[in-house]
Amino acid sequence: MSNLRGDEPFPRAARKALADTQMRRNVGHATRSIRTKRLAAVAECPDWEELRLAGSTLKDDVLARLPELLEQLERNVTAHGGVVHWARDADEANRIVTGLIRATGAQEVVKVKSMATQEIGLNEHLKAEGIAAIETDLAELIVQLGNDWPSHILVPAIHRNRAEIREIFLREMPDVGPLGDEPRELAMAARTYLRRKFLSARVAVSGANFGVAETGTLAVVESEGNGRMCLTLPETLVTVMGIEKVVPRFADLAVFMQLLPRSSTAERMNPYTSMWTGVHPGDGPQEFHLVLLDNGRTRVLADPVGRDALKCIRCSACLNVCPVYERTGGHAYGSVYPGPIGAILSPQLTGIRGHHDPNASLPFASSLCGACFDVCPVRIDIPSILVHLRAELVDAERGGLPTGQDLAMKAAAWVMRSPRRFSMAEKAATPGRLLANADHRITALPWPGSKWTAARDLPEPPRLTFRQWWARTHEGRR
Amino acid sequence: MRIALFVTCLADGLFPNSAIATVELLERLGHEVVFPEHQTCCGQMHVNTGYQREAVALVRHHVEVFEDAACDAVVAPSGSCVGSVRHQHAMVARRAGDEALAQRAEAVAARTYELSELLVDVLGVRDVGAYYPHTVTYHPTCHSLRMLRVGDKPLQLLRHVRGLTLVELPMAESCCGFGGTFAIKNVDTSTAILEDKMAAILGTGAQVCTAGDSSCLMHIGGGLSRIGSAVRTVHLAEILASR
Repeated sequence: MSNLRGDEPFPRAARKALADTQMRRNVGHATRSIRTKRLAAVAECPDWEELRLAGSTLKDDVLARLPELLEQLERNVTAHGGVVHWARDADEANRIVTGLIRATGAQEVVKVKSMATQEIGLNEHLKAEGIAAIETDLAELIVQLGNDWPSHILVPAIHRNRAEIREIFLREMPDVGPLGDEPRELAMAARTYLRRKFLSARVAVSGANFGVAETGTLAVVESEGNGRMCLTLPETLVTVMGIEKVVPRFADLAVFMQLLPRSSTAERMNPYTSMWTGVHPGDGPQEFHLVLLDNGRTRVLADPVGRDALKCIRCSACLNVCPVYERTGGHAYGSVYPGPIGAILSPQLTGIRGHHDPNASLPFASSLCGACFDVCPVRIDIPSILVHLRAELVDAERGGLPTGQDLAMKAAAWVMRSPRRFSMAEKAATPGRLLANADHRITALPWPGSKWTAARDLPEPPRLTFRQWWARTHEGRR
Repeated sequence: MRIALFVTCLADGLFPNSAIATVELLERLGHEVVFPEHQTCCGQMHVNTGYQREAVALVRHHVEVFEDAACDAVVAPSGSCVGSVRHQHAMVARRAGDEALAQRAEAVAARTYELSELLVDVLGVRDVGAYYPHTVTYHPTCHSLRMLRVGDKPLQLLRHVRGLTLVELPMAESCCGFGGTFAIKNVDTSTAILEDKMAAILGTGAQVCTAGDSSCLMHIGGGLSRIGSAVRTVHLAEILASR
């Protein structure tokens, strides 16, 4: 099982999401605010474009040498007292992590915010196995206590406002006492709740933003310090890392530590950057396990165009500028990876089982406005990958019974590749004037045009096409 | 200069005034405009909907028509269609394994310009001698802005139009929600995006919303018409051709 696929196609899920006006206000307000801050933070860097290019080039190198780098990482983690495990898919990763926790006898683990463990549904798996996983990132805690799903990669509770968060805390925190909805009060309540967990936990589970091949160092980048509590206090640390997160050299972090904070939270410098290399007697966890997760990544790597999605450093800048995400929020994407990056990553990670697969709708969930590419710190050309995946999806369905869309597209191509047929088709459109009202607007068309006229008029076709005007005004001249 | 007009199928069939204005404007500036009559469509709709195989014949046809055109430059009154020619044609050809076509497409793309690019970069004009006594706001369409990087060229042209009062559009760089078949496939999301764009336009108090793409204007104009707004959508070329 993976949390990478929803139950219904994007347009249907989006329709429901769009009806939630409170969610739209919350997400719209939050994305606009992060977007503005990011622009200011990026404008401070005169070498921003060079940094993006450096980040992109480093990630290209990683993808080109992935097996070799992963083996180097394994050697160095092992040499420093860590244990490396390889997980083909979500089930295998969940089994490995469960086994490691079982071996310690712990019934409860604290968690650092991690997309990889969200992706594999680790919390749900552990719950079924009788182990409680406590999310310690404030926003993840809000989502967990609210019995909810994350809707943003970086700000998982972006769809909630503080009044809603207060309600969740009052309901779920046993001895929270009187509580207002000021951010400070809410943060203090979470702090009290979490401190007890940090001090009693024997096992922590984390993800990793980077794994350095040459040193065996793992890095977690976070804003609250709660991650660092988990990474330093418990006796045992289990880290689940997607295989694409490896970087060759320690010095490469210099590039990413400039790109990531400004792109994600609009911070100049990341507040809490924790790095660890194996285990050290008397300092931090005494047992460290690294689970390297594939879960579809090698499938993505096999596509020379689509593989660029693996360069993602999970900053979320593309979500915050996306006109689609801004209106629908993250849940409509059905995957823990929403927004533009999710639209290219989720369907590639899962693969597509025919056009009824909900993930087959994701590459079409974009107006191709290009705002995502402009902000991507590692220059992933998301619009081009969306167009590529659309072609892959259409091609995969060839040979079967053609859909209405197939027939329409083929007919249009047949008309448009012949000047004669094209000109005739244009003339045939002129009677479309009959569809217009007295005020020259077309307000209702038959299906599929009805989808246009649901909210938009069309002007009546002109009396003369351009071609006809040209023939009348210019042809005699030559 | 001898300039070939790539009219675009949408302007040809549905919005001829933008193309007529392009011709009249360039002729007024002393240039010769030719119209290769065998042109049809750049194939962008097919490419963006996943029908790249069907688009190959359209790309080939476009390349044949415009590489034969005896001209110094090709112009289209559409950032989106020029974007397709410049960023998609060679890609479609390569995906089909036709490297020769890809290179020919690149050669055609290299001399194809969106109208504001042609005027400002190639012809070096900013004041085209236009007169348009209206309050206007400008929507920089996504493909003009982020694919072609036309920047403020359309605004430079608009600022030189006599009688025109230019008002700034808040959140101008946000998409209008059109996106070709996206407007049909994801109609609810498309409409939600459009609502915010219309609210921004109405908030400016402008009488006219202009842009360099008939397709986005069709979307915005269709929405404004539906809510009974008196704000009109007018292509940039039509404003620049006005006197």
